[in-house]
Amino acid sequence: MQNADATFGVYVHWPFCLSKCPYCDFNSHVRHAAIDEPRFLRGFQTEIASTAARAPGRAVASIFLGGGTPSLMQPETVGTILDTIAKHWTVPSDVEVTLEANPTSVEATRFRGYRAAGVNRVSLGVQALDDASLRELGRLHTAQEALDAIAIARKSFDRYSFDLIYARPRQTPQQWESELKRAIGEAAEHLSLYQLTIEPETPFHALHKAGKLVIPDDDTGRALYDLTQEICGNAGLPAYEVSNHARAGAQCRHNLVYWRAHEYAGIGPGAHGRLDIDGRRHAVMTEKRPETWLMRVESLGHGTITDELLTAEERADEFLLMGLRLAEGIDPARYQALSGRPLDPDRIANLTAIGFVECGGDGCLRVTPAGFPVLDAVVADLAA
Amino acid sequence: MPVAAIENIRNFSIVAHIDHGKSTLADRLIQLTGTLAERDMVEQVLDSMDIERERGITIKAQTVRLNYRAKDGKDYILNLIDTPGHVDFAYEVNRSLAAVEGSLLVVDASQGVEAQTLANVYHAIDAGHEIVPVLNKVDLPAAEPEQVKKQIEDVIGIDASDALMISAKTGLGVPDVLEAIVTRLPPPKGDRQATLKALLVDSWYDAYLGVVVLVRIVDGTLKKGQRIRMMGTNAAYEVDRVGVFKPKLTPAEELGPGEIGFLTAAIKEVADTRVGDTITDDRKPVTEMLAGFKPAIPVVFCGLFPVDAAAFEDLRAAMGRLRLNDASFSFEMETSAALGFGFRCGFLGLLHLEIIQERLEREFNLELIATAPSVIYKMSLRDGSQIEIHNPIDMPDVMKILEIQEPWIEATILTPDDYLGSVLKLCQDRRGVQKELTYVGTRAMAKYNLPLNEVVFDFYDRLKSVSKGYASFDYHLTDYKEADLVKMSILVNDEPVDALSMLVHRSRAEQRGRAMVEKLKELIPPHMFQVPIQAAIGGKIIARETVRAMRKDVTAKCYGGDVTRKRKLLDKQKKGKKKMRQYGKVDIPQEAFIAALKVDV
Repeated sequence: MQNADATFGVYVHWPFCLSKCPYCDFNSHVRHAAIDEPRFLRGFQTEIASTAARAPGRAVASIFLGGGTPSLMQPETVGTILDTIAKHWTVPSDVEVTLEANPTSVEATRFRGYRAAGVNRVSLGVQALDDASLRELGRLHTAQEALDAIAIARKSFDRYSFDLIYARPRQTPQQWESELKRAIGEAAEHLSLYQLTIEPETPFHALHKAGKLVIPDDDTGRALYDLTQEICGNAGLPAYEVSNHARAGAQCRHNLVYWRAHEYAGIGPGAHGRLDIDGRRHAVMTEKRPETWLMRVESLGHGTITDELLTAEERADEFLLMGLRLAEGIDPARYQALSGRPLDPDRIANLTAIGFVECGGDGCLRVTPAGFPVLDAVVADLAA
Repeated sequence: MPVAAIENIRNFSIVAHIDHGKSTLADRLIQLTGTLAERDMVEQVLDSMDIERERGITIKAQTVRLNYRAKDGKDYILNLIDTPGHVDFAYEVNRSLAAVEGSLLVVDASQGVEAQTLANVYHAIDAGHEIVPVLNKVDLPAAEPEQVKKQIEDVIGIDASDALMISAKTGLGVPDVLEAIVTRLPPPKGDRQATLKALLVDSWYDAYLGVVVLVRIVDGTLKKGQRIRMMGTNAAYEVDRVGVFKPKLTPAEELGPGEIGFLTAAIKEVADTRVGDTITDDRKPVTEMLAGFKPAIPVVFCGLFPVDAAAFEDLRAAMGRLRLNDASFSFEMETSAALGFGFRCGFLGLLHLEIIQERLEREFNLELIATAPSVIYKMSLRDGSQIEIHNPIDMPDVMKILEIQEPWIEATILTPDDYLGSVLKLCQDRRGVQKELTYVGTRAMAKYNLPLNEVVFDFYDRLKSVSKGYASFDYHLTDYKEADLVKMSILVNDEPVDALSMLVHRSRAEQRGRAMVEKLKELIPPHMFQVPIQAAIGGKIIARETVRAMRKDVTAKCYGGDVTRKRKLLDKQKKGKKKMRQYGKVDIPQEAFIAALKVDV
């Protein structure tokens, strides 16, 4: 069991991509004019300083450079960001520093530079291992480029991970099985495997609504999910979270900060943070549009546009909905401490009876492998 | 205001089917006589409730006094009592008709006579009225005035040769209507010198004036300060105000014989007045009461429960407020294992039920669940006792029951002959017995004896649907007949849902049970486990469906930037769950109740 809110993560958002993938609803933007990277860097520095002034003295367990496509940043920019974080907070030597990267050849050539700047883990957006699927997903790289990038990452970093998207249109369990097994052959310690989700306000959403994009139905989706668990489990990469698989001890520490409902700062356009100030949890969000964010930071010293105090119930809900995503589960006592009421024993008993949750010997409440495919329903039931 | 000479008074009502233009004609009459200034005019001015204007129906009787100088140069007072057109409100029609001497029969010249028109015009004839037929909408291309005249003569049996041809919408022919009211309707009779004798036509609650009593003076005069006695309730009051409707309440010195107006006194609530009562002078009361009319008795019952259990007290208060103005609606507290605290309510019919429910939801901002509508069943028990039940929950053990009787109605349905086949099939399917089938032109009139419990389940909706909206329907209760009824229960996840249980004819149970479980299967969302839905009579399962367990419901990506959105989604889900009813472990959405009860069988 982890101490409540004992660790602290810093997330930095680089909001630009070379092109927008049709399934993606992240805060990413395509700009045809050159991006003024030094100016954005100054913005990051300013916002790191102002955030650290609000939440001083933290020891940083993890830094995550996400996006967008942060591997479009110059290694020097990344280095300066990391130095700035170290200037304002305490950064121990064992800090995890992850950078998201696209597996295009251009970006892969920078991996050494990132390593020199202080990055010690990369997460590659591979998404698929065949060219037709990559094109359909709107990716700019080929399968071969992805494999090359993985090879470079393997040489450059001790720790790397990559993402795949499954339950793609027309994908059969047989196809996915062979693709996943190839991926496991390329993986070292960590894999993120996401079922394709049709997010609102994406091109895929419009296509799906118009009937032009057909994704596997729930039964097939479930079969693909079950297959994924089986193959990864057998390969020594069990799921430690709904979509994340790792060898023992190789979990992404940064994401554990989120799932364990610890404290984190969000730097950059559209970044979210959870800061504990004077014993109250603040949900902080910055302006999404990069240019507007920059103007705000330059004039106000920060890009924050919302800063809400979470109620006990909201905090407890966040704890529940994030924590139950983890195979390790949650400590019901912490839920009770946050919400002021215990989880309903009847609901736990009902969910236990149908085999969707279990109470571990350590007192933890966790969702079982049978419960994970319907996790959202389990959470909604427990939270009600 | 001068006291009216009785020979210059005309009291009338308008009999018409919904949408045949009754309210529009009333608007024109008000405008033409200058009763309301142009700036005060709104459409359907007499329909004061929003729900009346929106649905185009009149629920409460409304009254207006028109001053009219006729072609003979004399000034007349015309009192119009506007009446509801729907079968559920037949009793309101009857009491309005009892207060006047004549009726305008308004018929849409393109649609012809409809079932409710027929019923109401017969009531008017029974009340001894002079009837003036008025064909409305004669300016429409589809108008067939000659055919409709013939239909009036054939079906109703009154002379329609001098029917007025009008368009209430454009005002065409409306002056002739005013003239016909004066020349063709008789003046009231009454003795000004006699002791006060007046009919209590209606009463309602006004936020400023308290209880307002609508009266028709038969003999004598009614003045402010007079002590009056209500003979039925034997209560005496001092009159605070008397006045007339223009259509706003306008004070007057006194009301004389033949006049229609209002009085207020220190009457606490509408329930203290009895519609049809005779009002007389407290000091020298008359000995003979007026005929009065039968009180309206609820015939359809259902449970109304708040979606949010915490709103129970609000619901109680709202029902009390509604009852202030609608004594025909009854309610008493009820407890349901599934729905918690609510009320068992009695209504005059299904439309009345819908209107009350809609008013509760709209005017009082309540969300409600209505249980299966029921009629009143009479049961003879083996111990020799007789009971009446209108709630399936109260049904005694079948072993104790000797005989069950259910109410029957006589229904009159008018339909274009294109839809006759479907209409007859519907009646047959509902255990109907045909009594009469006649044709007038291309319209057929069918009379059926039907069990009321087959009619309270979506019969109107089905009739409208099979006739594309063209069939019209009216009914009256006839008698009770022995019936082979069984109590059908619906079980969700092996738990009986009391709100869905009902008494149904044995021959219809399986069909209805099957339709209900199929509907519930569609509307109950997948749960984490499979949910069996069963219909049962006693211990015997007659229909079964299963809602499959959900296969997949998990957010693939959820990181630091997603948690706010996911938390808000979860909060919405939690609120949504509150709107569902928990039966054991199953959440049933409220629309499932309504839909399950409206299944088409």
